[in-house]
Amino acid sequence: MSTLLDVQDLRVRFNTAAEAVRGVSVRVETGETHCLVGESGCGKSVSALAVMGLLAKGGIRTADRLEFAGQDISRLSERQMSRLRGDKIAMIFQEPMTSLNPAYTVGSQMAEVRMRHRGGSKREALDRAAALLGRVGITAPGMRLAQYPHQLSGGLRQRVMIAMALMCDPELLIADEPTTALDVTVQAQILRLLMELQRELGLAILLITHDLGIVARMAHRVSVMYAGKVVESATADSLFAAPTHPYTRGLLDCVPIPGKVARGAPLGSIPGTVPRIPLGFQGCGFRDRCAHADASCATIVPQQTRQPGHAYACRLPAGWVAEPVA
Amino acid sequence: MSIRQIAGTLGAIIVFGVALMAIFAPLLVPHDPFAQDLNLRLVPPSFMDGGQPDHFLGTDQLGRDYFSRLIYGARISMLIGVATVITSGLIGITLGMLGGFLGGRADMVVMFIITCRLSIPLILVALAVVSLVGSSLTVVVLTLGLLLWERFAVVTRTTVMQVRTLDYVSAAWAAGCSRTHILLREILPNIVHHLVVVATLEMAIAILLEAALSFLGLGVPPPLPSWGLMISEAKDYMFFSPWVIMVPGISLFILVLGINFLGDALRDFLGATRDA
Amino acid sequence: MLVFFGRRLLVALLVTLTVLTVSFALTRLSGDLAIAIAGPQATEQDIIIIRKAYGLDRPVVVQFVDWVVSAASGDLGRSYIYHEPVARLIKDRLPVTLTLGLTGLLIAMATAIPIGILAAMREGTLFDRGIMMIAVIGQAMPSFWLGLLLIITFGLKLGWLPISGVDEWDGYVLPGIVLAFAAIPAMMRLTRSGMVDALASDYIRTARAKGLSRASIVLKHALRNAAMPVVAVAAVQLGFMLSGSVVIESVFALHGVGYLGWESISKNDFPVVQAVVLFLAVVYIFLTLMADLLNAFLDPRLRTS
Ligand SMILES: Nc1ncnc2c1ncn2[C@@H]1O[C@H](COP(=O)(O)OP(=O)(O)OP(=O)(O)O)[C@@H](O)[C@H]1O
Ligand SMILES: [Mg+2]
Repeated sequence: MSTLLDVQDLRVRFNTAAEAVRGVSVRVETGETHCLVGESGCGKSVSALAVMGLLAKGGIRTADRLEFAGQDISRLSERQMSRLRGDKIAMIFQEPMTSLNPAYTVGSQMAEVRMRHRGGSKREALDRAAALLGRVGITAPGMRLAQYPHQLSGGLRQRVMIAMALMCDPELLIADEPTTALDVTVQAQILRLLMELQRELGLAILLITHDLGIVARMAHRVSVMYAGKVVESATADSLFAAPTHPYTRGLLDCVPIPGKVARGAPLGSIPGTVPRIPLGFQGCGFRDRCAHADASCATIVPQQTRQPGHAYACRLPAGWVAEPVA
Repeated sequence: MSIRQIAGTLGAIIVFGVALMAIFAPLLVPHDPFAQDLNLRLVPPSFMDGGQPDHFLGTDQLGRDYFSRLIYGARISMLIGVATVITSGLIGITLGMLGGFLGGRADMVVMFIITCRLSIPLILVALAVVSLVGSSLTVVVLTLGLLLWERFAVVTRTTVMQVRTLDYVSAAWAAGCSRTHILLREILPNIVHHLVVVATLEMAIAILLEAALSFLGLGVPPPLPSWGLMISEAKDYMFFSPWVIMVPGISLFILVLGINFLGDALRDFLGATRDA
Repeated sequence: MLVFFGRRLLVALLVTLTVLTVSFALTRLSGDLAIAIAGPQATEQDIIIIRKAYGLDRPVVVQFVDWVVSAASGDLGRSYIYHEPVARLIKDRLPVTLTLGLTGLLIAMATAIPIGILAAMREGTLFDRGIMMIAVIGQAMPSFWLGLLLIITFGLKLGWLPISGVDEWDGYVLPGIVLAFAAIPAMMRLTRSGMVDALASDYIRTARAKGLSRASIVLKHALRNAAMPVVAVAAVQLGFMLSGSVVIESVFALHGVGYLGWESISKNDFPVVQAVVLFLAVVYIFLTLMADLLNAFLDPRLRTS
């Protein structure tokens, strides 16, 4: 298995005093689903957009390494990057209702991706679009091609977005909370679809979510983010079997994971909210909400390895046991 | 300071400067603005070749002192601007409040009146009214006031609709306040900043329109020194003495620019919208 | 869609009826029309004759109904001065005004839309703020004065363009510029704000994520959505230009409809006055109606509902 996307110490700053992303390292392997999980506002979307080179105006990105399929993409011009986007790397978004252009038909929006990256006639592109719409479970694809986004439901639009992302057979699909805005039943359908596509097409997926239930069902590997940083990274099995960072444990306590959390155990919650971290902040961002923080947490955060492939950023030893809270 | 703040300050200085000029005109003028001297016609400004020291901006085709006329002209422009804004503001705000507050059929009627007003050719109708009723300062003010209210109405209507649903208005309803009380004490104070911005815009438009009407000979009657009228009377001489149209034209331009700058600054400062 | 169109048409008709009333009432403002027509030297006898000749001795209601009925059938009355049907007078003058208006609109759109797009793409930069400042400055320019300045500069000093009349096409250039000048700031602002909104939208992020070219993102995806309000404003501006041509036509001595209106006002030619007012209003009503339809056509959400 080879590394498809390799991100080391990604940082993003907007023209404010705070850093939105403060050192994210993620490695997505070919053909696997990697989940990036964390609370709202912790910088998941910004990280993904930074990788794609799609940051909003004023966003400044730095990284020690930013490689896609062995190629350094941190120094690509906007023009070179646009050749990659939509072709080798595709992305779908959190907001299916507004992510399609209201002025053009589904077919024309799908066809233009193919024609931009692969050339060919509009006819061929539309044929492929119809086939893909069928593949993502849309009935009567020929009719849908001629429709406008406002004529489709949210679930259908997200399916269209997925089909559009597949127009050029990408190697990596970045999916930013693709189901958050949808009904629960539709959510399940979309996730199942993504899983099938992943297996069938050998697609690598970087799936962003704040829902550990989704992680448990979908992920091969997981990176847990807190306040702009990855605090724990492991295979899904290892993470659920032995969550090590206090934040990860806190998250798992909040959510019932079928089969992973003992039935009947009380649900915990993490007190407090995600803080805004100012520039030049030292130490652990979680310390104010952490029951196990001590003075050393204000200065250094050691990077530790629990076992090969399972890293976490905390002073606590791998096998720490929570002391009963007084 | 940013460009916008500089422009805003400049605008305030211009507007207040011209206002002071208008108020104290009789004290400021070196000559009687109506006194003709046929021996001293079309004297260039004192800083140009052939200028005379006691006619700073020269004289017009009838030998009247241009500087004095200019200062008296400020009176007319400011008077027109302020009086028109008051008249049109009264009409427009009333209509807008009725439509925005009552909603339903009343609102449809108000919208219809606004649509009708917009489709009437402004300048032509103003010209016709002034011509038929007879030209005087009062007629010009009333005509412009009756024609320029639609922006007030549109902005009032939309902002009242937004404010109407806010919590403190609901609270006033619940407390059993009367409609009039709610409109005048709860809603009006909360939209007044939008209206101030519209007022500046409307004042600029009124001043430009008066100048255009006077230029076409159907605005303020001669020998009043309206800046538009000055341009009109001077235009036959502009080829050989271009300053005769430059002086009143630049004054008009600077005043309107100052009002617009001030309006923009007020909009930024008060957080208001200028377009509905 | 059909309901929308039907309602819109009904409003247009009602507005037209109101304007018919207004234009009729307008000419009756002075009290007795016959006295105004006869002029200061007229005797009592003359006035009575005139009153009879022009049908002004009939009750006002009868006169009004007569005006409405004949206007609806295309008969706008006869000019007192030219002794010709007003409809023919307007028809003769229309090409000048229409050419002028379209020239102005063309110049305005060709200037305002590209600059508005560029300003939006460079939102917040010095370029953007500078352009917006120029727009404010432009709005403060009295159009008749600008016309005179252009005449002095380009007509006399440089001798590049004719200063009055439209014997050749180039006679339309200067008045067209003046007319465009008034419309440019509003159009530019609207293009800019529409483009700023569009460029910040989710579907533009999608378009970028698809790797589309910059040209396609700006001109195809963003502009198409920003264009709808601009289209509406363009039509409204054309309406304003046609009615604002009164001033410009008199500055440049162009014998168009606006000039006809002004001339007949100063000569108390009332049938022409009320007809020109009505005509310009109807053109405006028609243009806004067309703009709404065009918008409905451009916006798939309206078109398909
Ligand atoms: N364009 C921007 N300008 C300034 N700050 C921004 C911008 N976009 C995001 N941020 C900041 O970056 C931080 C991370 O935002 P981000 O959207 O990545 O969160 P998220 O983890 O995706 O949350 P959610 O689950 O709600 O989508 C937030 O604090 C946000 O305020
Ligand atoms: Mg997000």
